[in-house]
Parts: sequence; structure tokens; C-alpha cells
Amino acid sequence: MSLDTVKHASDTPDVEQPWAELGLKRDEYDRIREILGRRPTGAELAMYSVMWSEHCSYKSSKVHLKQFGEKAPASDAMLVGIGENAGVVDVGQGYAVTFKVESHNHPSYIEPYQGAATGIGGIVRDILAMGARPVAVMDPLRFGAADHPDTRRVLPGVVAGIGGYGNCLGLPNIGGEVVFDPCYQGNPLVNALCVGVMRHEDIHLAKASGTGNKVILYGARTGGDGIGGVSVLASETFDETGPAKRPAVQVGDPFQEKLLIECTLEVFKEDLVVGIQDLGGAGLSCATSELASAGSGGMRVELDTVPLRDSTLSPEEILMSESQERMCAIVEPGKVDRFLEICEKWDVIATVIGEVTDGDRLEIYWHGEQIVDVPPRTVAHEGPVYNRPYARPEWQDALQADDANALPRPKDGDELREQVLRLVGSPNQASKAWITDQYDRYVLGNTVLAQPEDSGMIRIDEETGLGVAVATDGNGRYAKLDPYTGAQLALAESYRNVAATGAKPLAVTDCLNFGSPEDPGAMWQFAEACRGLADACRTLGTPVTGGNVSLYNQTGDTAIHPTPVVGVLGVIDDVARRTPMAFAEEGQLVYLLGDTREELGGSAWSQVIHDHLGGMPPKVDLERERLLAEILISASRDGMIDAAHDLSDGGLVQALTESCLKGGKGARLVVPDGLDPFVFLFSESAGRAIVSVPRSEELRFTDMCGARGLPAARIGVVDGDAIEVQGQFSVSLAELREAHEATIPALLA
Amino acid sequence: MTTRIGVVTFPGSLDDVDARRAIRLAGAEPVALWHRDKNLNQVDAVVLPGGFSYGDYLRCGAIARFSPVMETIVDQARAGLPVLGICNGFQVLCESHLLPGALTRNDHLHFVCRDQRLRVENADTAWTSDYAEGQEITVPLKNGEGGYVADERTLDELEATGRVVFRYLDVNPNGSRRDIAGICNEAGNVVGLMPHPEHAVETLTGPTTDGLGFFTSVLKKLVAS
Repeated sequence: MSLDTVKHASDTPDVEQPWAELGLKRDEYDRIREILGRRPTGAELAMYSVMWSEHCSYKSSKVHLKQFGEKAPASDAMLVGIGENAGVVDVGQGYAVTFKVESHNHPSYIEPYQGAATGIGGIVRDILAMGARPVAVMDPLRFGAADHPDTRRVLPGVVAGIGGYGNCLGLPNIGGEVVFDPCYQGNPLVNALCVGVMRHEDIHLAKASGTGNKVILYGARTGGDGIGGVSVLASETFDETGPAKRPAVQVGDPFQEKLLIECTLEVFKEDLVVGIQDLGGAGLSCATSELASAGSGGMRVELDTVPLRDSTLSPEEILMSESQERMCAIVEPGKVDRFLEICEKWDVIATVIGEVTDGDRLEIYWHGEQIVDVPPRTVAHEGPVYNRPYARPEWQDALQADDANALPRPKDGDELREQVLRLVGSPNQASKAWITDQYDRYVLGNTVLAQPEDSGMIRIDEETGLGVAVATDGNGRYAKLDPYTGAQLALAESYRNVAATGAKPLAVTDCLNFGSPEDPGAMWQFAEACRGLADACRTLGTPVTGGNVSLYNQTGDTAIHPTPVVGVLGVIDDVARRTPMAFAEEGQLVYLLGDTREELGGSAWSQVIHDHLGGMPPKVDLERERLLAEILISASRDGMIDAAHDLSDGGLVQALTESCLKGGKGARLVVPDGLDPFVFLFSESAGRAIVSVPRSEELRFTDMCGARGLPAARIGVVDGDAIEVQGQFSVSLAELREAHEATIPALLA
Repeated sequence: MTTRIGVVTFPGSLDDVDARRAIRLAGAEPVALWHRDKNLNQVDAVVLPGGFSYGDYLRCGAIARFSPVMETIVDQARAGLPVLGICNGFQVLCESHLLPGALTRNDHLHFVCRDQRLRVENADTAWTSDYAEGQEITVPLKNGEGGYVADERTLDELEATGRVVFRYLDVNPNGSRRDIAGICNEAGNVVGLMPHPEHAVETLTGPTTDGLGFFTSVLKKLVAS
């Protein structure tokens, strides 16, 4: 086959091109022809097809995501906002923190191990590209029913992939979630979050400026893996009868990534780069067009200089390849030698593949012949934007009318006891230690808190004790009942989790996992969730700094529950003041903070006991969330509480069980006046936490809650080796532990 | 004069920073050593840290054994230089034949990270003299290939000569023969173990501070000599 050069394309306007196979629509293809004033070459078509994919262009979600910027609360902490590889937040003492969550859902379904592994690799390079040293990862995961064969196929591979890659990089895994629900069968959600730390002056951006500066590709050789990953995989619905898509999944090499991290940090330290971009989705197409688009000039690339793993790759394949562990840097000519020297020290292959030009075109050559000549902005930033039709699904009313508060409840203490054991032993509420024990949480020696704590906490300065806390949460059941409220509840829970450990919430990252944007119902869920999240971020004063949208999460006609996963980053001045979740001191008083209402819609209880999903999710009161957070932070700073645990799915009894088991101590509880014991134990009202208060601090603590207007009810005392609810039932810690800890190993080990 | 303890960084070392911190907290001066450099910079002892030396896609430690820095370390260890191999470092010591036996894939086939109780079986080595024989300590364990194996004769000999330095308590986390968590050479200057004492040196970040004793042991020995 002869080379499809720019000249050849101009001369042969009528050649049939495989735009549909590459995932483009007819009108999109026509627009490319209009931009270029001719048909695209094969290489240009490849670039546009990957960059205009849903995954890279956000073409269906953009109009809704705008709100995160428009409604963003004013925040002094934001140093870099949405649009870069990741947002950057000021945490004081000259430090900046960058964090972001991304999805790798589709690849992980096809090839669980590599899909999950390269999900970690990709998000780590995003953080690295900002100039930061990655310091921790977290994984929010969703799988089908715990006993379903597809879960048995996917989960072990995903967990091994996260461990296999993350453990080899030397990044502690400090938290995340594992949720089971039949709606994720055939469409697991594998989200990955990374946190990085840098000094303010080390922030780097992805742009190519300065005519004559060199474009250096470094890291792994380019291979034939992951070709079209973003367009073929992440932007289409799976069809069970279709051909296997495994070649579109990338293969990871964590050792290469480790070298890339150390090498990149060293070139940053010597101030050798003008701009930098990682190669992830859409590979070189993305890196070259985004760097050129954000910079001041154009770019010329000699594509045949790219080091290859497979010498038979065509230029189109090289441009589309998503081979992992590669970065692209813009370097002044005088600094190239030193740059290459550092790469050599780390055994990292580095090649000058082009340079920044004074034009405004991205030009790519193959053995001297021009195969790409495009305005880079049209590839990277001016892709199609769709205002997709959306409509509230017709079943929504019936779903909300199916009130969970009306479900049959336990009649006496014995039934309560039996349901408590079923709840804490159910797959979603059971201990996930079997999974998280496959991740290294100790490496780097700065992990102050890790799962199952409310949030992970990392020390970033050994002298001052400055640290950050991160939590991720998302409840697809709540969001299915009401996506606006569901998204707000995800933020509220994550925010509360950060505050429960004593850290002040600062900023948000989100991974929005939804069904097909071509389905008006799924699009409505997406629009509502964005609106809810943007509104709540404004009220809580925590701006969205970046994140990721994953659409087309459906196999056939069945979409997943709308699942907005929200990560919140907080700062703590001295990690020694952190609040853990364990009730470890006998005699301390247990206080319940917040209001408990009869709210069982979407609850764990309704799922475990009745296999039911209906009604309305718990109400959101963001002002209350803010007050609760302030109390938890003050109490931590002033030493008024020894433990705190947020209340969310599973309600009070779940939180209490976790705190008691972690501390190895029981608790004796009294149901507060006016509350039904069942509602007290199982309701999932938001804006609540339990804390353990030393008797010497009780007065000071209750005075503070009283003065600030936060309801605080003394519900019992840490004591003994059982959880006893007076007048109702008693259950030993041993029995609770057996129920809580045996479930997951029995299903998966 | 301060005592200088070297920590080798292979390209895939992960716990090297932590090992240096532990050395500092114990009161010695940590010295970073680079895998390509034969020169040990006159350090008084060496720690081979955890990680994946050169990626370990072959056998863990199989390539590290041939690195320039290991040539010098093997020579000097035979001459009495105190050397501690932690996790991947233990694997490198076995591959280098400074210690007998080998580490194999965990019997349950999963990576495992847990707080592990150990019994100190030999408190006379360069790295364990600050402990009492029979003392029980808890330090993190995290590995995918930590099952200690050797032939029966070697195992018998290790036991008979007191060269089993640590044994797992409660749970054998990886299928190690005879619950062996760590061993030493005949002279007691070279110790290797799978668990990570450098992750148990601060109450803030570790389950205990039981790991500090490794570093204070060698420090006292070096100061005394």
C-alpha cells in the first residue's frame, strides 16, 4: 500500500475512507473535510477519530460539565483548575497537591488484569505530568452481584492488576470502595485516583512554546497495543455478539513506569522542561495535538523516529497506539543533552522526534513525506459538541413511589439482631480486607490512615506534620432514585469522611460513570447529577478541580445505575491530630451527631433484607454537613474526641460495628427517646457521625455542639465485648466479626 | 564520628527512602548507594531495601545479583560487613548465595500486606542484638513472593546452628517452610527477612515501633567496635 500523503489526499478526493469503522459519524467526517478543505489523509483521519471520540472530546458531556466552572465557588486554594491533566490545590507551607480520579471501566471488563493495571498507570502519569511526585492511589470499584460468575471472572483480575501495578510503583493504596450490584454485571466500574505533591514553583503545564524547542518522546517503545482504545472501547456500547476487542486493551509494565517517574522528577528538579504531557488515551495523537494546541506556535514531528516495539506498524497505528509508560516533553535545545543524560541514567529510551515551529500547524512527516497538516486546536480542543436530548425516564415516578419506608420491619429484638448480622455480613457491608490486603499501604512510610478508615491520610512534611486526606464515595442506588440528590449525597459523604478524620475539605474530583448518552433517560441522569454536584460544590465551597466522564456503561440495553463517584481532598496541619475510627478506650462515651429521620430509600437494609430499590434517597442538608464537618475538625484539633466514624450506607449499626471491631471493644447503647429502635439502627439519614468522647472532655464537647446548634445525643458507652442495645438485643463481637469478615473470602478466595 | 549505613537503590527499589528514614531515626547517617556504582563510600553497614530491583519479571533478585554494587557487597559481606536484606533485599541475598535457600510465590498466590507477629529466634546477630531471644514483635509484611524454601538438610542445619532469626507467629502468611521469616549467615553479619522493620519505626505510620531495634542493634555494634 502506498503512503497516503497530504499531497495524495488532495489529489484523490473521492477515495472511500473507513470513518465509520473508526467510530466517527458522517457529519463528523464531513466537518473534518471542511476544516482541511480536502479529504483527510489516513493519518489525519486516525488522529481525528481518536481525539473526537467521546472519551477524549467529552462531546456529549461538555455542555453539562461547564457548570463545574461556572458555579465554582471562589477558592483561594485553587492553583490550577479544570482543563489541565489534573487540578492543583494549595495546601499551605509552600506545598501544592494535585489529585484526580479516572475510569478504566471498559478495558477492565475485557481484560481485567491489564485494564485495571493500566488504569493506575494512566492516572499516575497525569499526576506526574503536573510536576508532582505521586504519593498515593485509591480505587473506587463496582462489580456485579458478589456471587455472580462474571464477578468471579472480573474481580480477582482487577484486584491483582491494581496490586500488581501499584505495588511495583511503590505507591501506597490508601482507600477506595468495593460495591456489588447486579447492575454492574457485564459492566464493572474500575476507577482510579492518584494524589501527588509538589512545591508551588514546580507546577508544570502541557503546552509547547518557544520556536525551535525540541519535542522529546521518552519511556517505553511504541507497540501495537491499545490501538483505538478510546474510540473503539470507551465510546461504544458492548455488543455481546461482536468480535473480541482485546487488542484494544493496553499492556502495562510497572517497572518502566517506575523508571519514568524517577526520571521525570529528576528532569523537573533540574528545570529542563518547558511543557510536558503524558501519553494515555489516544497516545501520540493526543500528546502532540494538545501540546501544540495549548502552546504559542505549531509543531513538526518526524514520526519515523519514534522507537517501535514492532517495526511493521503503520504511521496511523503509531499515532493511535496507546502503548503505556510514555511521556512527551518540550525542551530547549541547550538542555536536550542533559535531558537525554538523565534518561540514560534511568535506562529510559528518549528520542527527539520533532520541534516547535513558528507556524500554527501540526505537521507530521513519515520518512520525509508529509502525512499530517492540521490546525492542532481543531484536533484537541475544538471537537464536536453535542447537546443531546434528555428526558426524565417514564419509570422514575413509579420507582420513587415504591416507598422503602413501607417495607416490613423486624418485629422484636430477636429479629433486629438477626437482621443486624445479615446486614454487616452482606457483601457490600462486609469487610473488604481480603481485597485491600493485596495492596501495599505502607510504602513511602507516610501513610497515617488507610482503608477501612473514613479517608486515607498521607503525611507530606515530616518536620511540620502537614498532611492531606482523601476519600471517595458514590452510591448508585441513591442516584438511581434521584440523580440530582444522589450526586449531592456522594459529595456530602466524601466531604464528611474527610472531616471525620480531622482534615478540612478543600477540593473535589469526580468520575461520572453513566450509561449511553444516546439514551435520553441516561442523558437526563447525567445532566441531573452534574447539576446536583455543581450546586453542592458551590454551597460547600469545594470546587471541582478535574475528573473524568465515562459514558456508554451498558451492555445491550441495560445501563448501570448512574454512578457519580466523588473524591474530596482535605488538608490537616498536623497529622498527629488525626481522628481514627476505632473505639479503643473502655468507658468513653458514644455520641451520635446529627438528626436521624425515617429514611430507608436506597438503603443497604432495603437491599439486603428485601432486595428492594425504591422511594427517595435521604435528604441532603449541605449547611448541616458543613456544620458537622466544622465540629469534627475542631474536636480533632482540640483533642475532644478519640474516634469518629461517618454514618452512611448501613446506618448507625454498620458504623458502630466497624468502629467496635477495629478497636476490639464493645458498646452498650440506649435508643434515644422518641426514636424507633429499627430507625435508630438502620436509617441512612445524611449529615451524621458517631464519635467517642473521653469523659473528661464531655462537657467541653457538648458545650461546643450546643453553642453551634449541632444535635448531639449521648447514645452509650464503649464497654465489654459485645454490642448491646438496651432492651432489644446483644451480639458478641466474636459473632459480629465472623459475620463481617468471613463473607468476602468465602465468595472469592 | 557518626555511623554511616548505606541503602542501595536499584532502579525498582521502593522502600529505600523508608530504610533511610529508619536509619536516621535510629541515630545513624543514611547514605544512598546507586546500583551502578561499585563504590560503597566507606559505609559501615548496608541495607538492601524492598522493591522490585530490576522489575523482577524473571526471578526476584536474579538480575540484581549481577549489578556492580552487589559485586562489592558480596565481597565485603564475606569479610564481615553487616548487611540486612529486607523483602526484595532478602531475595537478592539468596540469589547472591550470601544466604541459603530461595523465596517462592506465596502459596495462596496473592500479594499480601498485613501486620505480622514474629518471634525473634536469634538475638545474637549484627541486626538483632537489641532484642531478647524469644521476644515477640509486630511489623508489616508485604510481598507476593515470600515463601521461604530450602532442602531439608539446609533447613535442619539452619535450625541446628541457630540461623533461623525470625519465625512467623499466628499465621504463616506465604507458605514458608517451618514458618521461617528470616535467616542469617554463619557469621551473623548478614541477615535477610521478608517482613519490613523499616515500616515499624514511628507510631504515626506503623503498627508499632518494633522495627527500630534492627537499626539500633547494628548501630551499637558498630559504635562498640
